[in-house]
Amino acid sequence: MNEGVGVELENLWIRFGEFVAVRDANVDIRGGEFFSFLGPSGCGKTTILRAVSGFLNPSEGHVRIGGRDMAGIGANKRPTALIFQNLALFPLMKVWENIAFALEVKGVGAAERRKRADELLDLIALPGQGDKMVSELSGGQKQRVAIARALCAEPQVLLLDEPLSALDLKLRQHMRTELREIQQRVGITFIYITHDQGEALTMSDHVAVMKEGVIDQIADGRTIYDDPATAFVASFVGENNVFRGIVKSVDGNMAMVSTRRTGELNGRIASAAAGQLKPGDEAMMFIRPEALHMGSAETPVDRRITARIIHEEFEGQAYNVFLEGAEGKEIKMSLVNRGQSRLSGAGNEIAMMFDPDQAVVLPMGELAAE
Amino acid sequence: MKGFFERNGPLLGGYLVIAVGFWVLVLIILPQLAMLDISFRNNLPPALVGSEQDIYTLSNYEHFLKGNPGNPDRLALFGIETEVPFNRVDLAVFLKTLLAAVFVTLFDLILCYPLAYFLGQSAIGASGRVFALLLIIPYWVNEILRAFAFRIIFGDSGVINTVLVGLGLIDQPYDFIRENVALYAGLGYAYILLMIFPIYNAIESLDHNQIEAARDLGSPWWRIHWRVVIPFAKPGITSGCTMVFMLTAGALAAPQILGGPSSLWFTQIIYQWFNTGQNWARGSAYAVVLLITCIIFVLAMMRLFRVKIGEIAK
Ligand SMILES: Nc1ncnc2c1ncn2[C@@H]1O[C@H](COP(=O)(O)OP(=O)(O)OP(=O)(O)O)[C@@H](O)[C@H]1O
Ligand SMILES: [Mg+2]
Repeated sequence: MNEGVGVELENLWIRFGEFVAVRDANVDIRGGEFFSFLGPSGCGKTTILRAVSGFLNPSEGHVRIGGRDMAGIGANKRPTALIFQNLALFPLMKVWENIAFALEVKGVGAAERRKRADELLDLIALPGQGDKMVSELSGGQKQRVAIARALCAEPQVLLLDEPLSALDLKLRQHMRTELREIQQRVGITFIYITHDQGEALTMSDHVAVMKEGVIDQIADGRTIYDDPATAFVASFVGENNVFRGIVKSVDGNMAMVSTRRTGELNGRIASAAAGQLKPGDEAMMFIRPEALHMGSAETPVDRRITARIIHEEFEGQAYNVFLEGAEGKEIKMSLVNRGQSRLSGAGNEIAMMFDPDQAVVLPMGELAAE
Repeated sequence: MKGFFERNGPLLGGYLVIAVGFWVLVLIILPQLAMLDISFRNNLPPALVGSEQDIYTLSNYEHFLKGNPGNPDRLALFGIETEVPFNRVDLAVFLKTLLAAVFVTLFDLILCYPLAYFLGQSAIGASGRVFALLLIIPYWVNEILRAFAFRIIFGDSGVINTVLVGLGLIDQPYDFIRENVALYAGLGYAYILLMIFPIYNAIESLDHNQIEAARDLGSPWWRIHWRVVIPFAKPGITSGCTMVFMLTAGALAAPQILGGPSSLWFTQIIYQWFNTGQNWARGSAYAVVLLITCIIFVLAMMRLFRVKIGEIAK
């Protein structure tokens, strides 16, 4: 089996005419890791992948695979294999011919090809299905055939462009675990693209969050979620309540933010913003729904938010309360369902509390579109 | 049938049934049946039609195979003069016509496939599609006039000879007409759109990602065409080839106008029987032979390349 090799993007710019699709991307992907690009539709994820696989020449900068500069090396000569957003299986070939296409290209004999295809069919848990036509497979099975077809080329880097987006929720969750397992079994580098943050967080060693061609943050999933680098990352990854205000005072990595509607709140300055905030600056405080709890009159004011309930919602494992916030935005509190009784209902004012460590303070920035 | 009228209403439904029925029956089936019928009869003066001499006979088909019974063709084989029991002239023209039609079809295919691929798949091709429509304009001109235009272009003092002589590449005008260059060029050009458009249609609907997927898996360009594009475009290719082959084998205007003095097209023989020969029965028999041979040939080719009729109609 192949060793995974690293992929480096250095000062990568990609322009289409005047339009800048990727702006100065610098990414260092280690060999054998599962790396995800996460971002909303149209932010340039596919474009980056196409530059890595060789279908697109960077306008500026370098793509290196295993330390080797890929400039001037065509898509059919790179040690990468791409799984397309729409899979692009060959409809007129049998399943096994699809899988073994890369071997056919290398001139391997039919018997040998068939043998290798059968091995890969075992790997993707579709034994004995090689003689079917692609159209006879279900969505999840096609998915796995596409993975096998790419793996058959023995790439050192596997590139996956939102391969799960067409599947239903159950299958998608199942395929996530399966992909991760396959990756650990074959040990090569996976570069995965998605606009589904759940997917990115569960599968990846590292995630790059993109916005309009710019990479805002590269970190492991935990850090992305708990310590976002920009307001965009904080609002795009997972749900978040945002409170705008002015920095009142800074104490080490903690800051007191004066918000218009909810008073002065204490929060932790995100690591990426360390040293950037001083009293008088505009700032945003992000508190996740699950970081809010029921409070009381005794809760210290700098960690207490009082607001009027608009409506409540029972979600099964959680129990969500929506409250009136600033600028007509709702504040969401998510309580784990422990069998507690419902709150007193819409229109009542309640007090919530949070741990200042879980309230992230960032400089003012653009939020992700809802 | 009931659903058909419910969907279209009695007026439109009735019109469709009558129009299509008229087309199929009166314009296609009846004339062919009449020709088939005539082909099995003797060529009689009008007065004798319906008399006891007006019987069914195979003589017209026999003539196509064997020629005139009283006038056997002679062939010198190894110095021995033998009688040939075949109608050498007609059979040779027949075979030559079929071969030439195959040649013209292949020529058009080789010319059109890259063009159709370019128009259907490349990004520059997308803007070129407008220009492809311009290809249609010459076809607003009548087929016979187009053939004459070719005669002028390829003539002794035509554009091509003038240029070649002017450049000093040749010192005598080349006789494109006598050498049948003009004929093949004219035939190739006559039905070229019927080759381009079906192939273009097929290739255009091919997902470009499949081409990129094949390339990504290491495939060189020729294998991408061999394994991905051509199999996908096969119905279009077959339909283009069928039309060009059928129409070329049955062409009359181009051979009549552009053919060299020694070249004879099978349709010209048919035409002669009908027209100068005043023998409709024999002309019909020859036409039936051509039609059926062409159909068998096309079906055999489709069988060989494993294309189903339903796929072509797509
Ligand atoms: N060939 C091209 N010519 C011009 N603009 C392009 C081209 N390819 C992509 N773009 C533009 O670049 C931007 C990024 O496109 P890209 O396909 O990378 O988005 P994406 O992040 O993959 O989105 P999605 O999640 O919807 O697939 C888009 O605004 C798109 O319109
Ligand atoms: Mg994309």
